[in-house]
Amino acid sequence: MKNCRTGRGAILVGIAVLLIAAGANAADKLQIDGSTTVGPIADAFAEAFKSLHPTCSITVSKTGSGDGVASLIDSRCSIAMASRFMKEAEFKNAVNNGVLPVAHVVAMDGVCVVLHPSNPVQALTTDQVRDIYAGKITNWNQVGGVNRPIVIISRDTSSGTYESFNELVMRKEKMAAGVEYVNSNPQAHARVRSTEGAIGYVGLGFLDRYVKTVKLNGVAPSRSTIARGIFPVSRPLFLFTNGYPTLGSMTHAFVTFHLTEQGQEIIESKGFVPRTEY
Amino acid sequence: MTNSQTIQLDPTGAAARFTRPLRLSAAEDLRGYIGSHLGRAFLFMTTFLSVVAVLLIFAFVVYEALPFFFKGSWADAFARVKEFLTANNWYPQREHDPYYGALAIITGSLYVTVCSLLLAVPIGVLAAVFLSDIAPFQLRQICKPLIEILAAIPSVAYGVFAVMVVAPWMQRRLGFNTGANALNASLILAVMALPTIISVAEDALSAIGRKTREASYALGATRAETIVKVVIPAAHSGIVAAVILGMMRAIGETMVVWMASGNASRIPSPWWDLSQSIRTMTATIAGELGEVPKGSDHYYVLFAIGILLLAFTFTLNLFSEYFMAKVKRQARGG
Repeated sequence: MKNCRTGRGAILVGIAVLLIAAGANAADKLQIDGSTTVGPIADAFAEAFKSLHPTCSITVSKTGSGDGVASLIDSRCSIAMASRFMKEAEFKNAVNNGVLPVAHVVAMDGVCVVLHPSNPVQALTTDQVRDIYAGKITNWNQVGGVNRPIVIISRDTSSGTYESFNELVMRKEKMAAGVEYVNSNPQAHARVRSTEGAIGYVGLGFLDRYVKTVKLNGVAPSRSTIARGIFPVSRPLFLFTNGYPTLGSMTHAFVTFHLTEQGQEIIESKGFVPRTEY
Repeated sequence: MTNSQTIQLDPTGAAARFTRPLRLSAAEDLRGYIGSHLGRAFLFMTTFLSVVAVLLIFAFVVYEALPFFFKGSWADAFARVKEFLTANNWYPQREHDPYYGALAIITGSLYVTVCSLLLAVPIGVLAAVFLSDIAPFQLRQICKPLIEILAAIPSVAYGVFAVMVVAPWMQRRLGFNTGANALNASLILAVMALPTIISVAEDALSAIGRKTREASYALGATRAETIVKVVIPAAHSGIVAAVILGMMRAIGETMVVWMASGNASRIPSPWWDLSQSIRTMTATIAGELGEVPKGSDHYYVLFAIGILLLAFTFTLNLFSEYFMAKVKRQARGG
């Protein structure tokens, strides 16, 4: 743009730049499709790629794991994001279409159940948590606490945290009508911190001394237990590609970005757990 | 128009000194013609733009909502409308056999709107009466701008206040189980509706004019009698318009209710228990539209809620226009 002032030469330069950019675009175009849980990671990776490789263009669309996998099978995207492994039928479909899915685990997702610090309850089982959210347990004295009604706090239904919790703890059972919905991890934290009878769930990055973490099935949430998959509400987050990407290609750089220091920082800043254990 | 007449009417000779020829040259004529028409066309376009924007918004919302109701037979569509409006079971994100009963959400909107008005109308009208009839001029010059600043505070700031200050206070002092509830949202909405109500009602009261008040005093009425029996009845249509405008503010507000109301999609039971969480139509749209797959039933049903919301505000707007027109007629002495 700056060159435009100097006249005809600049126009030629401009055209040349445009041509180069167009050529590069055609080569480095990444279409990424799939899970809303993995979406924030892919978004942040794409953002980081923009400054690292200015010529590449990455489109991330968050449509859900199933849609992402379907679009990889139809070769409509180069990378599919999924918060679960492919189902058998999907895998067969892919192979029949000549697509050989390869899974890359980029991060672990763990959702921690938190209570008000004054609550004496130390540990819960996932079944108890499910019954609380389904409205079958309504008072803390039913799970070994004091006589106080339970105030249930959930994330909004469009969040990835809700999706993880809904699948790993609720097993898709319906939550009670009286559940309060809040629209961010910090807000869930604030509500639990200020409400005595509250139970809520947040990503690992949002635990601090103002809320009390409970053990689930006897396991306390930590980077280590989530990265090793011992904590019951943890799961791997996948990127799927068609075959292992050509070494040195943009796709390869993208699916291995979580191994770099910057990639790990991004994963942690989004409230997920990097796979490295240290 | 003869010369002799002009001179008679204009003894100082100003018209004689006005030397510009009466007839314009062709170019000047054309310039004036084009200028006036271009100006008119430009003004027409700007007005037309906002009208078209409103119509397009209507069309878009209806267009996006229709696929939810109309697929299959008419009986099916009717059943879906009926479920949407009368069933109390909202679970649209479920993969198989989702529920789309929005009754709890519609009543939630009505709860916060009505409750906030119950709080804001008496305070707002009394404040307007004080400002127009009782407060000394100096005080009024200070108070009115201050009240109008209330309207300029962004709603997310109110929301943070509701979550961080009001909710813990309600749990500690009032002993409520949860601070994010209907009462919290209504309180904050009432504060947000106040500037609108005060400002419009005060204008209506001031428009009644000195003559009416003095006539009342001349008949021996006290100040209180004048205000209660003369000024307020005379200004009633303006006050009603103020209330309706405040109501529109409350029903359309999103951020505050999304943060303060708790968003539990159920009807409080017993019905008067405002310490329970509720969910409004605006909060449902704001909370769920973000990640819902485009083209799914869940997506369309959110636009169906949008239609309801538009219908509510459109009706309210019609009423307020009607009452405002009445105020103007009265001001002209009609």
